[in-house]
Amino acid sequence: MTAKTLYEKLWDSHVVKQYNDNSCLLYIDRHLVQEVSSPVAFSSLRARGIGLRQAQKCLAMVDHVLPTQNKQYIEDPEARIQIQTLVDNTLEAGITYFPVDDARQGIVHVVGPELGFTLPGTTLVCGDSHTATHGAFGCLAFGIGASECEKVFATQCLKQIQAKTMRITFIGCLPVFCSAKDLALSVIAKIGAAGGTGYAIEYAGDEIRALSMEGRMTLCNMTIEAGARVGLVAPDEKTYAYLAQSPLAPKHQNWQDALCYWRQLCSDREAHFDREVSIDISQLEPMVTWGTSPEHVVPISANVPTHVNTQAQSQTRNQARNQVRNQAREASWQKALTYMQVKSGAPIAGIKVDKVFIGSCTNSRIEDLRSAAAVVAGRQVASNVIAIVVPGSGQVKLQAEKEGLDKVFTQAGLQWRSPGCSLCVAMNNDRLVPGERCASTSNRNFEGRQGVGGRTHLMSPAMAAAAAITGEITDVRKLL
Amino acid sequence: MSFSTLISKAVPLAEDNVDTDAIYPGRFLLRIDKQGAGACLFYDKRVGSNNTVHVIDHPTFKDAQILLAGENFGCGSSREQAVWALHDFGFRCIIAKSFGEIFYSNCINNHILPIVIVDNDYQVLMSAAESLHSFHVDLNSKQLSVQGGPTITFDISQQHQNMLLKGLDEIGLQLKNDSADIDSFEAAQKQSQPWLWQPIFESI
Ligand code: SF4
Repeated sequence: MTAKTLYEKLWDSHVVKQYNDNSCLLYIDRHLVQEVSSPVAFSSLRARGIGLRQAQKCLAMVDHVLPTQNKQYIEDPEARIQIQTLVDNTLEAGITYFPVDDARQGIVHVVGPELGFTLPGTTLVCGDSHTATHGAFGCLAFGIGASECEKVFATQCLKQIQAKTMRITFIGCLPVFCSAKDLALSVIAKIGAAGGTGYAIEYAGDEIRALSMEGRMTLCNMTIEAGARVGLVAPDEKTYAYLAQSPLAPKHQNWQDALCYWRQLCSDREAHFDREVSIDISQLEPMVTWGTSPEHVVPISANVPTHVNTQAQSQTRNQARNQVRNQAREASWQKALTYMQVKSGAPIAGIKVDKVFIGSCTNSRIEDLRSAAAVVAGRQVASNVIAIVVPGSGQVKLQAEKEGLDKVFTQAGLQWRSPGCSLCVAMNNDRLVPGERCASTSNRNFEGRQGVGGRTHLMSPAMAAAAAITGEITDVRKLL
Repeated sequence: MSFSTLISKAVPLAEDNVDTDAIYPGRFLLRIDKQGAGACLFYDKRVGSNNTVHVIDHPTFKDAQILLAGENFGCGSSREQAVWALHDFGFRCIIAKSFGEIFYSNCINNHILPIVIVDNDYQVLMSAAESLHSFHVDLNSKQLSVQGGPTITFDISQQHQNMLLKGLDEIGLQLKNDSADIDSFEAAQKQSQPWLWQPIFESI
């Protein structure tokens, strides 16, 4: 038998049929449904006069548009309609839907894993690019568009072309006060925002085994920011321990059988990857973005770059090509500097912030909140800063409250909110006003992502917490 | 709707990493249908920004059906609204050095042809677009040529080429041709991984 990568094993076990045009029909085991990407999928399905093939393989909830201060009162009429549309559609289709006031509601990428809806060895899709998150369980998970959501509703399958494989191996141990977020940002720094295009990435190395499930999810989540739709971590005892507690995980004999199957889900020793990348993390520092692409990122002790770095272009081979590429890159860097109002050559530390956002499907799990709380405990948020903490799900919120983290936050002057996407995407009333600058644990620092004219600096929860306390981008290691 | 050839000017958008938030700002995602999505296209760049006319609004490019951009076009969010907006605005072909992957699939599903070009061609094509030369796209022969310029052969998978050329309805085809295969896949999986077939929501 030929040696296979994890990705290839997951792929092969879901091929329904092969077509003669080099594509495959892939079976989809799990489908997460939210309010933003589903309305047109449902309405075109209705127009065809067909129903869902497997409604029981879907789970639906609202996350993007919910207000996080009072989720019962939705002021925006468009948001109300969008939520009602999801309620109506899921009811008609027979899909399980967690209502807004359900204790399990939250961001789909936080809720799926904590319920055990996400399982190793499965395929999982959602009309959302951060579906990559679920790869942390050894699950072949990828984001899709609305048309593809409709296809999955209708046939429970997707016609796909197999991706190339890339293995990213972390060498060394993660230094203290660095987190999975810093790993994710270091990957993007290394391969660039388009470096993973066309690949399914598997993360490997001792540090991956040491990472918690939360950390693995953070890392896989941001794989899409490196251009790849799929980010994978092979399941191990940590995965199984995490799932053993969850309500939807297999039970009894099924659990034993599942374990047997899951234990085979790793890349074979001789498996071939189309690209191998290794990153030495022993000297890693907390990372912060300075620009408007996640690849505009530097370690906290560094300055905003003065010239285009060439590291992110390791695929570039000849010089002429390099030059052209550099010109384009230079132009986009200049644009980013202007938009962000940061000076090239100036330290990234010390830049004043107006808001701090701790949340999003990247960093709103219990471990993230613990690490932020540890920084703010006994301190006060700077007077120039408004800081909000938005747990990823009802369960995370409950757990945090059990541990007293909500008190730690509110006593320090941070606002404690209800679950949702919130300031990550600014579709509810949490948003930056033009010119505002935010230290954010989310995943995208695009122009206007957190509100028109807003400026985003991505960083880990501990770093965002440090920024809340000092009112500026700060090396958290100096506070601890 | 099918696609075979296209002759048009190309709108030069000389930027890298144009993300789908820029193409279709998040706050318009509250709409639940795709009609009129073109009005939101690059909204904050066109309407919000200080009196400069965005290149897609330039009278010279009125009716242009091709957009030319740099690396990683359509990266970020999977929102298909970005593609609906481009389509509604009149674009049928997007040429770029590379694409966000989900965006690329969304293009195919909306009958927009995405063409990937290399760096060296990019410069030539950018100048041609700026000089208002017309571009000629032939999907059958996978060729892109510019008035007085080079002819470039581009790559597209056979699956995607077929879908665009024939305007295929994948769902209809799969329901017709593949249902039996899906049935037997499901039957086999029920045997081998029964835990995936527990009526899960009875347990929560
Ligand atoms: S938290 Fe942000 S990135 Fe994650 S699903 Fe919500 S909007 Fe998307």
